[in-house]
Amino acid sequence: MKHNIYLYIMISGLTSYLIRVLPLTLIRKPIRSPFLKSFLYYVPYATLAVMTFPAIVQATQSPLSGILALAAGVILSWHNKSLPLVAIVCCIVVFITEYLLIH
Amino acid sequence: MPSENRTALLQGIRDGMPICIGYAAVAFSLGIAMRNAGMNAFQGFLISMLNMASAGEYAGVQVIAADAPYIEMMLVTLIANARYMLMSTALSQRFSEKTAFVHRLFVGYSITDELFGIAIAQKGYLNPFYYYGAMLVAIPGWSIGTALGIIAGNILPSRIVSALSVALYGMFLAIIIPPARHDRIVAAVVLSGFALSWGAQYLPYLKDLTAGMKTIILTLLIAGCAAYFFPHQEDPHET
Repeated sequence: MKHNIYLYIMISGLTSYLIRVLPLTLIRKPIRSPFLKSFLYYVPYATLAVMTFPAIVQATQSPLSGILALAAGVILSWHNKSLPLVAIVCCIVVFITEYLLIH
Repeated sequence: MPSENRTALLQGIRDGMPICIGYAAVAFSLGIAMRNAGMNAFQGFLISMLNMASAGEYAGVQVIAADAPYIEMMLVTLIANARYMLMSTALSQRFSEKTAFVHRLFVGYSITDELFGIAIAQKGYLNPFYYYGAMLVAIPGWSIGTALGIIAGNILPSRIVSALSVALYGMFLAIIIPPARHDRIVAAVVLSGFALSWGAQYLPYLKDLTAGMKTIILTLLIAGCAAYFFPHQEDPHET
């Protein structure tokens, strides 16, 4: 590892702090630009989607268990099941699938 | 401390308790991801303490795992946490002129989706002590939860760690899928995210990028196109 992990942590912490504090201290008016407002609205969905797939399939010991966990997660959250429930079911699906696949 | 501030502090602690419990669970699974990236419990505690951000920290962990340049850590944190700028701007409207400036520096440190949610639900101007009360329980829940996840990842059998490592993705799904059901543009954003993120592994140039850079570029592309062609109508603070 070439980079210092504590420097990484400091950079991320400082960036997070500035993002949150600069608008609170500098901007006293609401953002009016429809493009900017929409952009900030869509950003979390795009980021989380990009980070979730295909990562979920690659995080497990077998791709199949990841795919089944993804399917279970999408179906449950589509039906507005709570966040902890979705997460727990995903874990159980992986556990059972891998138990059956890998002995 | 004036009695009104003490009342606000206690109210904040009370409202922060359920958030603390939820944070501990999410942070625990984030800790599993950090442990898989080679981080120790103290490092996990520190990064959570300083960032208070699930998506932002997870994106940062990818940067650490890839041993990517420092600038990438800054960019990926900026993108994954961009929404906090919007919340921070909204919260700036809720400070009374009489509230000392220094409170903005402390409250700002801990703007998260949930704390912003309970703060904005308060009537009238925000008493910073209400926010401090909620921070007092939410921050330890988050940072200690992360450290516990890393410790658990080290002592639990690999079969269980493998299962727990999908918990974070399950939570991400629980955040992005329900709004996608009601908003077709959000659904298109999510599907494009899945498709492009998968496709990027095979496309020239994109496949050589680190996970962090891929997240940055695809987020800017997808959210930028969606905002340009389909501006969001409602008040984004409601969601």
